[in-house]
Amino acid sequence: MSEFLFLYRGGSLMTRSPAEMQATMQKWMTWMKELGEKGHLKDAGHPLDSTVGKTVKGAKKTVTDGPYAEKDLVGGYSLITAKDLAQATELTAGCPIFEVDGAVEVRAIMAM
Amino acid sequence: MPPSVEEHLFRREAGRIVSALTRIFGVHNLALAEDVTQDALCRALEVWKLRGVPENPSAWLMMTAKNAALDVLRRERTARKFAPEFGRLLDSEWTLSPTVTEMFSAHEISDDVLRMMFTCCHPKIAEEAQIALILNILSGFGVSEIAHAFLSSHAAIEKRLQRAKHDLAESKTLFDFGGEADISVRLDAIHSAIYLLFNEGYHGSHPEETVRSELCREALRLCDLLTRHEKTATPDTFALGSLMCLHAARMPARLNAAGDLNLLRDQDRSLWDTERIADGLRLLHLASDTKEISEYHVEAAITAEHATAPAFQDTHWGRIVELYETLFKIRPTPVVALQRAIAIAQRDGAARGLEELAAIENVDRLKQYPFFSAALGDFELQLGKKERALTHFEDALRLSRNRAEARFFELRIAACK
Repeated sequence: MSEFLFLYRGGSLMTRSPAEMQATMQKWMTWMKELGEKGHLKDAGHPLDSTVGKTVKGAKKTVTDGPYAEKDLVGGYSLITAKDLAQATELTAGCPIFEVDGAVEVRAIMAM
Repeated sequence: MPPSVEEHLFRREAGRIVSALTRIFGVHNLALAEDVTQDALCRALEVWKLRGVPENPSAWLMMTAKNAALDVLRRERTARKFAPEFGRLLDSEWTLSPTVTEMFSAHEISDDVLRMMFTCCHPKIAEEAQIALILNILSGFGVSEIAHAFLSSHAAIEKRLQRAKHDLAESKTLFDFGGEADISVRLDAIHSAIYLLFNEGYHGSHPEETVRSELCREALRLCDLLTRHEKTATPDTFALGSLMCLHAARMPARLNAAGDLNLLRDQDRSLWDTERIADGLRLLHLASDTKEISEYHVEAAITAEHATAPAFQDTHWGRIVELYETLFKIRPTPVVALQRAIAIAQRDGAARGLEELAAIENVDRLKQYPFFSAALGDFELQLGKKERALTHFEDALRLSRNRAEARFFELRIAACK
């Protein structure tokens, strides 16, 4: 078994009605529950606040606000265990983020 | 992690949050209040989807909305004018947080929701727009959902809402419960809007039963809110609540196994919701504390007669005819006359029913109403005049407004052959 990071990118909710949002959340919980039951969910991870943040960059350690307003900003992550990259990629199939035009970036965590 | 969130939580909380925020921001900042509400719900979704639903989801949402409100007030207090009633309380850090916290207490919020309901029923706003506003602001229905429920276009509902919200913002202030005189007039408008909403669900033309039952449930919920406040818990409010409860109690029996509409006389009464009936009768009792009875009282009493009759043949038709007489005095419309004629036919036979139908004034106004033709057809059929009955049922079929009605008239046509 190998470990992978799911990075949830983009996907706008701002035009969704409350009922649609609740339905989306229900789907997330169902998807997460399934991952957990099949033993793929190492850590559900955390959401990342897209309204505050700083970027520190370069030798001068220049501090800038953001990154904001990028279309595919990382909004959260989960830690996944899977046989290989192919299986990890398959596991994203039920992710509700695709309904709001978002993306899941699947990254392999390098083992020792 | 709880497997699911309480049904309609987001919808209901959206209405509560936007009401509280509009109170603080002022009605001219309704759009800002809606944005902040949307942000709070988005935040809940983002956090809960990975971390699970908190112990008390409502409290979590309220806390999030309150903090967002504080941020907005701090950030924009020099640029924007907020609700004048708070004066300088929102200006200083000493008073800002306690004031906003107070406004987010459960008691204040339920008042805010009612205040918003009264505000939506502003006399300047047309009734259909009032209903759209209530559904959008207080019931958390999106534009598409309202358009879907009322079989209207997205653009039409959006335009209606925009205009109504513009009128609200122009009105400058939320409804003030201090001005006693206005309450009863405005409350009448609210009752009427809620009853229309309920009827759209109960008799409406939407083909999906689930869509219509949601409208009924929402009407019941809004009326329930009115019964919980001393200024709005009037006999008319109880009567309206009773009427809707007693009707809603019959919903489980309205369709048969094949999905066809069941007439009252064919309904399996064991499917009626006995809890709802008990609620309806309790509300009717509370409604009776008055000298002036409204149309809701009479309609509730009629529905109660049906709800308490053990079988169709046990119905007290004499009593129901009397109640329709009373209703006709309050609301002399052709539809009430039609209902009275149907009750008279039950009491005195189909021939009397036909006489009553022939005597209806302004009968032209019923020409587009399928159940007028259906009543003619029923009476003729009972008198053995199959050919005449057939013509009337064919008219009814032509006028039917949804699939269930059409199917119902098709079966009546089959019965004539």
